[in-house]
Parts: sequence; C-alpha cells; structure tokens
Amino acid sequence: MARAVSTRRKTIATVAAWLVALVIFFPILYTVITSFKTEPEAIAGISLIPSGTFENYVEVQSQRDYFKPFMNSVAIAVGSTLIALLIAVPAAWSMAFSPTRRTKDILMWMLSTKMMPAVGVLVPMYLIFRDTGLLDTRLGLTMVLTLVNLPIVVWMLYTYFREIPGEILEAARMDGASLWNEIVHVLTPMAIPGIASTMLLNIILAWNESFWTIRLTAANAAPLTAFIASFSSPQGLFWAKLSAASTLAIAPILIMGWFSQRQLVRGLTFGAVK
Amino acid sequence: MGSIRLNKVSKSFGTTAVIPEIDLEIEDGEFVVFVGPSGCGKSTLLRLIAGLEDASGGTISIDGRDVTGAPPARRGLAMVFQSYALYPHMSVYNNIAFPLKMAGEDKAAIDRKVRAAAGTLNLTGYLDRRPGQLSGGQRQRVAIGRAIVRQPKAFLFDEPLSNLDAALRGNMRLEISELHHQLKTTMIYVTHDQIEAMTMADKIVVLNAGNIEQVGSPLELYRNPRNLFVAGFIGSPRMNLIEGAEAEKLGARTIGVRPEHLKLSTTEGRWKGTVGVAEHLGSDTFLHVHVDGVGQLTARADGEIVLDHGATVHLTPDPDRLHKFDANGKAF
Repeated sequence: MARAVSTRRKTIATVAAWLVALVIFFPILYTVITSFKTEPEAIAGISLIPSGTFENYVEVQSQRDYFKPFMNSVAIAVGSTLIALLIAVPAAWSMAFSPTRRTKDILMWMLSTKMMPAVGVLVPMYLIFRDTGLLDTRLGLTMVLTLVNLPIVVWMLYTYFREIPGEILEAARMDGASLWNEIVHVLTPMAIPGIASTMLLNIILAWNESFWTIRLTAANAAPLTAFIASFSSPQGLFWAKLSAASTLAIAPILIMGWFSQRQLVRGLTFGAVK
Repeated sequence: MGSIRLNKVSKSFGTTAVIPEIDLEIEDGEFVVFVGPSGCGKSTLLRLIAGLEDASGGTISIDGRDVTGAPPARRGLAMVFQSYALYPHMSVYNNIAFPLKMAGEDKAAIDRKVRAAAGTLNLTGYLDRRPGQLSGGQRQRVAIGRAIVRQPKAFLFDEPLSNLDAALRGNMRLEISELHHQLKTTMIYVTHDQIEAMTMADKIVVLNAGNIEQVGSPLELYRNPRNLFVAGFIGSPRMNLIEGAEAEKLGARTIGVRPEHLKLSTTEGRWKGTVGVAEHLGSDTFLHVHVDGVGQLTARADGEIVLDHGATVHLTPDPDRLHKFDANGKAF
C-alpha cells in the first residue's frame, strides 16, 4: 500500500521547500533589488524596497562597455564546451562500451585533477601563457576552461552512455554501420538528452568560472566575471553599481538555466537510480 | 547461399574457457537451433558466428570464405536480438531502412524494399510509429523486418521470443517457421526452450558447458539421445531416469523411459506405485507417481482419467522405448 500523506504534511513540506529555495535564492534576489537602489540606499542597511532607479545600469554601461565582455563570455563558454564535447564523446564512448580493467582508475584519475587547488599551478600557467602569447586571448581562456571542465564532461557523458543498451550498438554493427556511422546515427541521437544537459551544465560552469578568467585576462579577452571584478576599485566599493553589473553578468545564464531547468535536473540526477 | 562451417572454434574470457573447441557444419537453407540450459555457451557461439565476439582459436567460414577476423558488417549475416535492439529514435520505416542506408542503396530501392518487408510482416500501418509506440510482438516483427530487408546469407536469432507472453510466442514461432519456408535462407536460432527447438528446427544442436552434446533432427534426438544430458533435456515432461537395482537388471547404470512410454494400469504392471500429484491439462494428465525402490516417475495418461492423490497404479515401460546408459552416461 502506498504511504498515505495527509494534506497537512504536504502543506508543511511545500512551505518548507519554498523557504529553503528562498534562502538559497536570496543573495541573487538581493543583488537584483540592490541594483535598483541609489548608492546611499545600498549602504544604509537591509531593505527590500528599492527606490527603483535605473541610473546604476546607465552608469555601468557608460563607464565600461557591457557588450564586449558579454561576447567574450559567450565565446569562451560555448567554445570551451564544444571542444570539451568533441574530446569527451569518443572518450566516454570507449570507456562505456569497451571498458578495460583500468577504466575506473582512469575516470578517478581524471576527476582527481579537480581536487587540486587551482592556485597551485597559477604561476607556471601564467608563465606558459605569457611566453606563448596566450595571455588575454579568447583562445587561451577557451583552452584553459576546456581542460578545467573536461573531467566533469567525460564523467557525465560516461554515465549517460552506460545507460544505452550495448545490444543496440551491436545491432548497428550487424546492420553494416561503421564506427563513425554507429556514433553519428545511433549513439549520439540516443544520447542527445544527456549531451544537451552536459552541455548546459558546462556552459554554466564555464560562464561562472572566475579564478582563471580574472587572472589570465586584462582588457581584450576579459569575460563578465572580470567585468564584475573591475567594479571593485581603489576608491571603494559601489554596492549599487556592483549589483547592477552582477545582475547584467548573471542574467543571461539565469534565463538560460530557467528555460532548461527540466533538462538540467534530469542531467544532474541521471544514473542515480537504475 | 549461406553454409557456415566452424572448425575447432574456441572462446575464452580470461582464463575461463566458455567454449573449449567446437566443430559444426550448417548447410545452406537449414533451420538450426542451438539449445541448452542458461550459461551453456549457446549465445556466445551465435555471437562468434555473428562476429560480435572474437574467437580465441579455430576458424569460421561462410560459403567457404574464412571470416574469422572479419567484422560483423562484412559477414553478410543479420541478427535478431532478445531485447529487439531497435533504434528508439527512429521510426519503424527508418529502423527497417537502416541496413539499406548503411549499404548505400538509393532511395527508391530502399523505399521499395522497406515497403515489401513491412507488407510481409503486417507492419504497413505502423511505418511512421516509433518502437516505443508498438507492442512486444510488433517490435519483434520490426526487428525481423530489419533483418530480412537486406537479404542476408543467414539469419541469427538470439532467444527472440523470450520477452513475449505465451500466446504470442506460439504465434511468432509459427511466423518465423513460415518465413523460413518462404525465404529458404539459413537460420540459426538460439533458445533454452526445447519446445521451440523441437517445433522449428531442421537440425538441433544440444549444448552443455560449451560442448556439443549431440547434433541431429528433432526426432533423432527424441528417439535416440546419445547421452543422459540430451535424454533429460529433450522431451517434455522430461524423461524418467532410473538408477539402482532396476537399471542393473538390464545391465545398465541408468535406464530412461519417457512419460508417454509408460503404460498405465490400475490392476497389474511392472512397477506398483502411489499417485502424488495429478496434473490435468485437458488433453493429457500427467501423473507423478512414487514407486518404492525406483523413485518418483512421471507418466502421461489420457486426459479423461480420474485418479486422485494416494491412488494405487501400475506402470510398465514400453521395452522398445527403453533407453540404457552406461557409467559415463553414454547411451548403448
């Protein structure tokens, strides 16, 4: 018999869920509210009602061009995601469908690179970038973000591919499909939901990455993370303007996340239960 | 043409030998069934022929051409899988058309062949549907359609009916047999169900622990099982195997008699026993009889017979249908 859940318990659970969601979302909400306040209002203390001014947005745009870092963010996030997928699809395919005794070790080794503090390799990375002329270039940042997120992309795709029955790929082989046709016509279309959610998650991760993007760029390739950071000036912090800049930086990814949330949740929980 | 020859074919996974060494000849146009209990290596043998597994030793040739190292696509065989293995993202039409597209045939030819195959298999009304919108039997038909459309040298079936319910299984069994009569193409069919083996095969290959126990027509295997394993595996209900004094009287270690070859009487006979369970099937009644000094025997009786639990019966084996086995389990 299914467990009976009373309406009261359902109500309590719903209210609790909304409260938790609100607590998690509050910093973003407060950033948006603050962006509509004047600077004196912003430092005056906690208040949820702004005066509704747009002057911060106007000033942010007049001080620094928003469009250039936005385009940099798009290029770096999308570019690094596409390159990571190109490398990760065949890698995950071979690990999922032709595993060896070492496959699990390789996966763990790839993931272990994520455990290393990035700051530990900052100096050598900086020197390499400087000497190869990659500093402050979109190409350089795209390469770094591809490598930073590659382990997660391989892991996610591996979990997806493992769910695809091997017999279907064998059927394709019997039907005369070459390896290329097998991947293009059978595996990839079946894995599209998985590839899509991996892609979305990776774009979000790359969009939000700030350690490397701030340190390896100056004016040319600086994405939106560096755009926000540039508002912390020696003259002090201008909370309202900083909030407006932050809102502008996170808005695109927030909107994308909102429209793709079903896909994302499926991606993050995929493989949790068989 | 589709004659297949296995010469000393072996397969090991690591140090475990799944198939020690097998020689087998399959003639063009034959319907061959590999039958055996689970884990006997029948599916592995089929996958070796398909090219989905690499042989550890020996050679496999199709129509005289050595294909041991050839990939599945180059062997000219088609396979129907237990799980159907349809492409879920393609329509029925595209599923059936897939092997033709891979072979690079032109659109008009593909269309003609797909529609012809769909017509043969009563799938014409379902061509636009996805596999997920079909019933189990229809999915199995699509899998067969995908196999027949490319006119392979031989069809390989890997327990294709085991996911279907009993009634549908019976229908599909007939349809596959009918298809074999129409196409006259070699078919190799793997099953653990000896009824499928008996009803469909021209030739049955009984496998046990990777070894071929016996090869022959269904009736040959039924009438003259070469050893205890085949005797026990072919026939339903299974053959009664009796050891001890009764067997020694006939100079054998074990004697075997099928339930249908035991004569039943309520008054006199060779073995006197007590009825345990009586299974009434309508057409037949299977009596499970306990005989002192012999053991539990199954006897087939007329469907109309009424014998209750505890009734006394006499059983007499048909002397012409008695099988004798030596200490190694071999028939003599």
